[in-house]
Amino acid sequence: MTGRVYKCHAGIGPKVTGPALVAADNFSARYDLDRIEGTFSRPSHRLFGESYLGRVLVLNVAKGGVATAWMLYEMAARGKAPLALVLNYANPIMAQGAAHADFPLVDRFGCDITQAIRSGETVTVDPPAGLVTVHG
Amino acid sequence: MRLTDYEKAMLAGEMGEPRRLALEHQIKVGRFFDAAAMVEISQVHIMADTEALGEAGVAFLERIAAYPESERRTAVPAVTDPRGADFNAYKRLKQQEEWIGQEARVIAAFQSLGVLMTDTCINYQTVVPPVLGEHVAFGDTGSSIYTNSVLGARTNFEGGPSALAAALTGRTPRYGFHLDECRRGSVLYQLETRPQDWADWGAAGGIVGRGMDAYWTVPVIAGVAGAPTSDELKHFGAALASFGSTPLFHMVGVTPEAASLADVFDGPPPEPIRITRADVEAFYDSYGVADDRLDVVVFAAPQLSLFELQRLGRLLDGRQVHGGTTLIAATSPEIKNAADRMGITAQIEDAGGLLLEGVCFYQMHAREIGDANGWRRLMSNSAKIVNILGGYGYEPVLATMERCVDCAVAGRIVR
Repeated sequence: MTGRVYKCHAGIGPKVTGPALVAADNFSARYDLDRIEGTFSRPSHRLFGESYLGRVLVLNVAKGGVATAWMLYEMAARGKAPLALVLNYANPIMAQGAAHADFPLVDRFGCDITQAIRSGETVTVDPPAGLVTVHG
Repeated sequence: MRLTDYEKAMLAGEMGEPRRLALEHQIKVGRFFDAAAMVEISQVHIMADTEALGEAGVAFLERIAAYPESERRTAVPAVTDPRGADFNAYKRLKQQEEWIGQEARVIAAFQSLGVLMTDTCINYQTVVPPVLGEHVAFGDTGSSIYTNSVLGARTNFEGGPSALAAALTGRTPRYGFHLDECRRGSVLYQLETRPQDWADWGAAGGIVGRGMDAYWTVPVIAGVAGAPTSDELKHFGAALASFGSTPLFHMVGVTPEAASLADVFDGPPPEPIRITRADVEAFYDSYGVADDRLDVVVFAAPQLSLFELQRLGRLLDGRQVHGGTTLIAATSPEIKNAADRMGITAQIEDAGGLLLEGVCFYQMHAREIGDANGWRRLMSNSAKIVNILGGYGYEPVLATMERCVDCAVAGRIVR
């Protein structure tokens, strides 16, 4: 497979491919999302108003409370989850939510991943291998 | 991960399918964080409001609860975080019947598992507080940070699925804040102003939380002369955890692992970041609004202690909340019962306020009840709740309890 390849810590969930939605902001499902509409709803978030459906979210760190651990499962069941989550640093809540939902999550790169990928680029997230590939 | 013979038997299904599934989940999380082994825990605090669970989460709990009793019963005491509805008040709040039905199903499932329905985020004040060095599995960021920091017990943020898994297995992956090396200080803050009010303490916690760059960063707070109260540290920690996603702070001379800076830093401490009165005022100003409209005043997040409720009751005693404004306070069922007995509930409700039990405002489908009741402009003395509700379509304002009550009585935001 060709493209830019970024190594990260081995993650959770299956391998997926899709378009990236990128910001240097942080992430919490409860604090930042309208989970019914599938959009970012926090006015101060750089992705405010953007749909995350079908996108690989590329963001800085996990923030906020514990609710995301349940919410990823619930969002996936309704088809309202993003395609995958790529973070500079996850926290236990994101990992627990990903484990419960079998949702693709990776983190811990050797670079700031939010600066390495641009919105709209097609990326493959491979959690078992700990790899993110950008196809352009 | 290294597993004991007991854990290997659990993973092989010898103790039933729920425990096998739970340990499998914990191993996934443990591997993600390079945990070498599990650690046995003594108690669990589970967050599972129906807004977070949704229908899929409710059905998941019911599936676990359908296994034989010997397979589904909790291995260690487990208590619940606030629920999503107060059955005595949901109609007045215009909550949907669908959610009430889900709540009843969740309660039945938890009771079947042997979970104790405490419905509180202040279990560290009102149920069984852990002790220094005790390993636990707590959900709710506020209960986790208070337990780690003020009590010196040890937990990571355990979201609902992982807390439930810990209740079934009696253990959790040993990583993060269960380990000595993760509890060392990372950054130093010098508090150059003494917060005067619970909202001030929340603002100070919010300032530190805004500066946190990851879950693993441990702030150390110096400059606090004299021990703050439990409620002051509750507001400080809840805001810090909410803004920073931070599970541990040390306060020099106050919290048990930080008698001195040398206890928490290896070598010379870093240059301190100073917090002044002007910083606190700027934090309040960051929730400024352009006009004086006021729809709802909320005292919650964390639920109120008996002392906070007493103060609220005294502030409202003999006054009347304006007809165009709703005033809501939330506490645990046990403290609500105490407030009933002691005449505090009557002080609040005779003034037109509503005292809810076993819930917290932001866990009650806050977006939908805001729409149903026409609530947009919200005032609270909780820095945590103003942080959360900005994403739910509210225009939150942070103020002291006294000012919130004055504004609720006036029906508008007064200076």
